[in-house]
Amino acid sequence: MTPLLEVQDLRITFPSSAGISRPVDGVSFTLSRGELLALVGESGCGKSLTSLALLRLVPPPGEIAAGSSIRLDGTDVLGLDAASLRAIRGRRIGMIFQDPMTSLNPVFTVADQIGESVRAHQSVSRRAARTRALELLQEVGIPDPVERLDNYPHQMSGGMRQRVMIAIALASEPELLIADEPTTALDVTVQAQILELLDRLRTARGMAVLLITHDLGIVAGRADRVAVMYAGRLVEESGTADLFARPSHPYTRGLLASVPRITGSVTRLTPIAGTVPPPTAWPAGCRFHPRCPDRLARCLADDPPALSVGPGHQMRCWLAEGNRT
Amino acid sequence: MSTPLLEVRDLVKYYKATGFLARNTPPVRAVDGVSFTVGKGETLGLVGESGCGKSTVGRTILRLQGATAGTVRFDGTDLLALDRSALRQARRRIQIIFQDPYSSLNPRMTVGDAIAEGIEIHDLAPRAGIPGRVARLLEEVGLDGSYASRYPHEFSGGQRQRIGIARALGVEPDFIVCDEPVSALDVSVQAQVLNLLADLQARRGISYLFIAHDLAVVRQIAQRVAVMYLGRIVETGPTEEVLARPAHPYTRALLSAVPVPDPTTQRLRIVLAGDPPSPSNPPPGCPFHPRCPHPARDARCSTERPELHQIGRSEVACHHAESPT
Repeated sequence: MTPLLEVQDLRITFPSSAGISRPVDGVSFTLSRGELLALVGESGCGKSLTSLALLRLVPPPGEIAAGSSIRLDGTDVLGLDAASLRAIRGRRIGMIFQDPMTSLNPVFTVADQIGESVRAHQSVSRRAARTRALELLQEVGIPDPVERLDNYPHQMSGGMRQRVMIAIALASEPELLIADEPTTALDVTVQAQILELLDRLRTARGMAVLLITHDLGIVAGRADRVAVMYAGRLVEESGTADLFARPSHPYTRGLLASVPRITGSVTRLTPIAGTVPPPTAWPAGCRFHPRCPDRLARCLADDPPALSVGPGHQMRCWLAEGNRT
Repeated sequence: MSTPLLEVRDLVKYYKATGFLARNTPPVRAVDGVSFTVGKGETLGLVGESGCGKSTVGRTILRLQGATAGTVRFDGTDLLALDRSALRQARRRIQIIFQDPYSSLNPRMTVGDAIAEGIEIHDLAPRAGIPGRVARLLEEVGLDGSYASRYPHEFSGGQRQRIGIARALGVEPDFIVCDEPVSALDVSVQAQVLNLLADLQARRGISYLFIAHDLAVVRQIAQRVAVMYLGRIVETGPTEEVLARPAHPYTRALLSAVPVPDPTTQRLRIVLAGDPPSPSNPPPGCPFHPRCPHPARDARCSTERPELHQIGRSEVACHHAESPT
């Protein structure tokens, strides 16, 4: 079966004073129907740009470089004309962002905004769109949905607004939902509610989810697969259970060692040395080598390709050659 | 036990509404009767979700905002009763670091001048000795002494937080209020800053009031913890005790919502319904009762406010909290 989404060698370039920078530089992954793939990384790794590229929303002067390929159900997204692209954006692929307040229009009610999304994809009456909006509010678990229909965004809490954003995205029955840090601005108890909701919707609707996050904690136990991104590249990709059982790339291991835990004995954290380099100055060789505790001589000049470390588990690190079983 | 360095008693901070609708608007009860102590060289973690009043507690202690009622005894003196010049003297001993060090650093002042400012105001070193002292402070927080001549925008978030810490250390404080100091940082950098704070405490014997929303971070740094909900402390005790045997239903829910980067941990997931109520109109009785999942919740919870009482090694404000089994 062909995957729902197939990204091949995605590169995004930005002109900069120091020449061309490549904040996303050769990213490939696939996503099947109903699957939840988490794209994990720290600020500046290129994870959000990658998700924007799927909808061809890379902000200018950034460009998707020639040779990149994005296929949705076999359709070449990068080759589409404007009209065909609209049939994908917000329709077959829905998207929600970190801060729902800036994505919602402050002067329209919730019913207007969900209704607009309904009517953009189906030719139905205003009344039918309002009824559909109510059903969607119920589906995303908003209490008192009838009263909430006529609320404005500022009358709602952050968690409620994120639910409204999800309702807007769901209005078009998308096959793929991109959730870019959907819970980062929310409190943990509300974060738990939104994550449960996304999980439930994915199962109920068979919708694929691409979850972009910096938090390995929200990935464990929810994602089917995890891709870890560093300096514009996927450095490790694996099934979720295997990634946490056998984190292999030194960056992934470093990230896990940096996270304070809520159980077990409290020991001194072992942070990753240094900081993430800017996209204008990606290091030569392996991009992680200046911060890597396991650096080999060849890492300074030779860029490792994706190497297998087990079934469905690969990483861009020369250590994979020694560990191969 | 010896007298604590900081003793906060019945601290209250209400915000009155201003403007022409003010007469009909009830005050926001941001902090509604909070008491705690912090010993010398100790860290108390003050945890809660947005709007619970934790940051207001920190600011009120330093009198960055006036308190409505209560006492704040620091080494025997009531800070809330001091006149301006006495307050200025006291502030040498109590410093604060913020979540976003960028907005608390003057962009037109070099890092060295920012650090030197406090030293000069409190006349802690002869003029000629200041550059050397600034360089030593920068080195103590893990930065290069030569950075003194640079400006804040030249630094990353983690480096700026280190600069904020160096500035606080400049006046040799006994106590630092840390207001979400690592929340805006990437995990790998967050771990570096947490380690730095722990090292400084070990070396200089500084006490911290560590305000955070992340229980795992608090566990890493604080010996004792106080959990706030809607302007009140609902549970407090030794960190290990509170996190291993949470007695208040809110603490339990908060703990269960903390994302754990390990898919094999079997955990009870308590997903709370709804959002925290508004502090301008707190529910009668126990502030948590409208969201409380405790099976024994009864009429008393909605009429009578529970006070903190000893359960095991913790103090808990819940009518139905039982001794841990």
